[in-house]
Amino acid sequence: MSKEVPTNTTTAWAASYEEEPSQASVPPQANGVTALKPLGWAPVNWAKANLFNTPLNTALTVLCLAILWFTVPPMVNWLLLNAVWSGSSEACREAAGACWSIIAVKHRLIFFGTYPYEEQWRPFLACGLFVAMLGISGVRAFWRPALSVAWALVLIAMGVLMWGGILGLTYVANDRWGGLPITLMLSVFAIALAFPLSILLALGRQSSLPAIRTFCIGFIELMRGVPLVSVLFMASVMFPLFLPEGVTVDKLLRALAGLTLFTAAYLAEAVRGGLQAIPKGQYEAADALGLSYWQKTRLIVLPQALRIVIPPIVNQFISCFKDTSLVTIVGLYDLLTAATVATTDPEWRPYFAEVYVFAGMIFWLFCFSMSRYSQWLERLANRYTRR
Amino acid sequence: MSNLIQALNSARVRGWLYQGLFLAGALAVAGYLVSNTLTNLANRGVATGFGFLEREAGFEIGESLMSYAASDTYLRALVVGLLNTLSVSAAAVVLATVLGVAIGVARLSSNWMVGRFAAVFVETVRNVPLLLQLVVWYTIMNRLPSPREALEVVPHVFLSNRGMKFPVLADHPGHGWAFLALLAGIAAAIAIVRYGRRRREATGKPFPTLPAAIAAVVLPPVAVFVATGAPLALDVPALAGFNFEGGGSVTPEFTALLIGLSVYTAGFIAEIVRSGILAVPHGQTEAGLALGLSPVQILRLVILPQALRVIVPPLTSQYLNLTKNSSLAVAIGYPDLVSVTNTSANQTGQVVEAVAMMMAVYLVISLCIAGFMNWYNRRVALVTR
Amino acid sequence: MTENAIIELRKVGKWYNSYHALRDVSLSIGKGEKVVVCGPSGSGKSTMIRCINRLEAHQTGHIVVDGIELTDDVKAVEKIRRKVGMVFQNFNLFPHLTVLQNLTLAPIWVRGMAKSEIEEIAMMYLKRVRIPDQAHKFPGQLSGGQQQRVAIARALCMRPEIMLFDEPTSALDPEMVKEVLDVMTELAGEGMTMVCVTHEMGFARQVADSIVFMAEGSIIESGSPAEFFENPKSERTRQFLGQILEH
Repeated sequence: MSKEVPTNTTTAWAASYEEEPSQASVPPQANGVTALKPLGWAPVNWAKANLFNTPLNTALTVLCLAILWFTVPPMVNWLLLNAVWSGSSEACREAAGACWSIIAVKHRLIFFGTYPYEEQWRPFLACGLFVAMLGISGVRAFWRPALSVAWALVLIAMGVLMWGGILGLTYVANDRWGGLPITLMLSVFAIALAFPLSILLALGRQSSLPAIRTFCIGFIELMRGVPLVSVLFMASVMFPLFLPEGVTVDKLLRALAGLTLFTAAYLAEAVRGGLQAIPKGQYEAADALGLSYWQKTRLIVLPQALRIVIPPIVNQFISCFKDTSLVTIVGLYDLLTAATVATTDPEWRPYFAEVYVFAGMIFWLFCFSMSRYSQWLERLANRYTRR
Repeated sequence: MSNLIQALNSARVRGWLYQGLFLAGALAVAGYLVSNTLTNLANRGVATGFGFLEREAGFEIGESLMSYAASDTYLRALVVGLLNTLSVSAAAVVLATVLGVAIGVARLSSNWMVGRFAAVFVETVRNVPLLLQLVVWYTIMNRLPSPREALEVVPHVFLSNRGMKFPVLADHPGHGWAFLALLAGIAAAIAIVRYGRRRREATGKPFPTLPAAIAAVVLPPVAVFVATGAPLALDVPALAGFNFEGGGSVTPEFTALLIGLSVYTAGFIAEIVRSGILAVPHGQTEAGLALGLSPVQILRLVILPQALRVIVPPLTSQYLNLTKNSSLAVAIGYPDLVSVTNTSANQTGQVVEAVAMMMAVYLVISLCIAGFMNWYNRRVALVTR
Repeated sequence: MTENAIIELRKVGKWYNSYHALRDVSLSIGKGEKVVVCGPSGSGKSTMIRCINRLEAHQTGHIVVDGIELTDDVKAVEKIRRKVGMVFQNFNLFPHLTVLQNLTLAPIWVRGMAKSEIEEIAMMYLKRVRIPDQAHKFPGQLSGGQQQRVAIARALCMRPEIMLFDEPTSALDPEMVKEVLDVMTELAGEGMTMVCVTHEMGFARQVADSIVFMAEGSIIESGSPAEFFENPKSERTRQFLGQILEH
């Protein structure tokens, strides 16, 4: 603790309130009032207030500056200034910086895995369509039934692009798919399939019928109690045993099934949160109007509950997106596997850091933008409910 | 007939009917799957049942907290795996909590730069898959130089691709006694803190709780240590041939997993701590100030008791997540429960039993943590009307 | 400036960034005096009262409370906070402590009183605010009016010489306002120095020795209730009174 008068802004834990100082009595229109300000240059005042306001903070600021001084220049040197952007691995060996030529050489492998080289425009186009659809789905103005039709069309188009076999496209079996398309498709399909399942599970968990309630609770708690890895193992080694002789399901579908069941359990809890947030009066009003259980659920309860749970669903989508990297453990060729494979080439073996930085940046970009989006949605929802 | 129709309209009868149909359907599906499974297993010539647990495992395990050899049973191998899971999780929980709390508090710092630093950390580790982070840590560990060119970070602490080697105190009976004295000291310190608080409340007189508690923790072990002749001999790791001998060590797998899990989970814990502290309204701090409480007293008596109610439930579920995430060990070859189960299943073909056991163990861990959480929530729930 | 003033503000100024919250506010309050501060929202009345126990730090001018000047000095601030009790608009009771614990917390940890001793005093104050039967409940179980009375009792347990009230009835339902004002009126009758930000003009007329009217960070006028209500000097005051007394 610094020797400072403990007014409301100098205590460490109260600091975050500084953004909105306790001036409840101050009306916004008063900002225009001209005032005699304490003299000083704005950035200097800002630095004094935010970096050097107490001895402790001054010490911390100096420490941070020191860390920056020692880390930023070497990082910039490595990442940019001394980096090799193209050329052979020999060029890299002489350079002090990052060897981005490994990305230049291997990016097709990292993005598309072992998909036939000349045909890689197909997964590229598919991913482009996909990301565009994700972007469009984020805009409220497009939230209408036509969007689901558009999604269905895009998914069909993606299937056609990836598999081929019609329209003059050569057939590519899905054990040759890899990289980014696998990551994107697994996460989107898992969420899309898990969503209806999770609604049923959440409704079942709230049901007054004990058999159904017990089953739903059991399933949800089982899935939430075990690691995804074990669910994926189960999916990859046990599903084949469940099926009648001679029927086989391919690896990708098995992993998708595991991921879907796992995600559904977590989503069900989010949906349950939404169901519980609906005032009891809504159920009573629906009953009083003479609606049946399914009418009540479909027309009154779900429309309200789902609006509340959109941000948690986006968060679940982010985890699902990150979790797809686990399918590498059951032998699928996702973005992370592709990146790891790229680092095992003897010629480029020393440059693993570059590849992982690159792969990490792709994951980060997707996850960070989605988490920002979900925060924005939450603020939006709060604004509506506050009124 | 009309009676039957009337009965079908009764809500209760309908309820039973739906449940009956549901159960019948579920049983039919389950029966179908089980019969398929049994047929498939019989065709593959795989035995069923848990008899395999008694058989010889026949594989080595890289690291183990208890004695284990390839000639031991599968059961023992699985217990070794479980202990490895628990030990890495426990260590990571401690590290992640320390790191997470520090970063969460740093994010709230009135120092703009410290806040930014913490925010960048949180946004980076939370938005990159844990598996990628683990692979990176493991790759770094593996690409360290060989023991002969090991990095000596601090004197006598060596980092090489065989893991980290560090000096430990050479075995001496005095250490055991000093450790016991330390435990006794900790117990005494807890008692002192409780007594100090009660005395303060009873008499209002300040009581030197902190110095007394520190003294209780520090003095007894030091006294015992000196009394037993201060056995300070160090067992220092030294290069012998291609590897180190002596000293303590942790494997690269363990180190990578520990760092990866701790850093990743710390990002989430930081956010929990931050929102927990923010959840306490600012008026509480002001009321404390107006009553003349000092900032430290406000933190201890007003803010923390309220913030902890918000923090502990999500914190325990992060601990649970961390324990479950430790199963990613399988990707970097740390012999945790999943990895050992996997090996056992591959060798015996008894996949169903192995996966069921693994899931059961994780479920038990989850239920224990959930039980604790419910108990805590009941204990601290705020009374409102 | 009077010699026996217990609170003295001289040309106090305060800014929130570029917003000028207090402009050269000068005010002198004698021992045992009851001052009601009123004015439109955003006029700086809460800011001023919060400066008196340094929940807000003023930037120019001087504030002297009971002979101690408020500065950066931690010890001075500590001393003053022991002498000055405060009641907030939103009660700010500690939700994790019972009513009795709310009352005894500060006397134990700040005044160093024994629990048995302060509990007796606390019960006495709870009787004074007429809710001794709620002592072992938690704040969340009480009505707003009861919570505010607990908050008054909590401040009184520190045996303050001065009480600050920051819009104590603004967050209350109309039927609860009276029970809080009654307690405050009673307290005023006992000679406590009180500074009260409120819009309750009936209370002001009945209890206040003087009324201070603020607008846009300055004191527009101050005087006895009779003068203030019958003969407001400035146009701004008349306008305010017209609005507030209409209903």
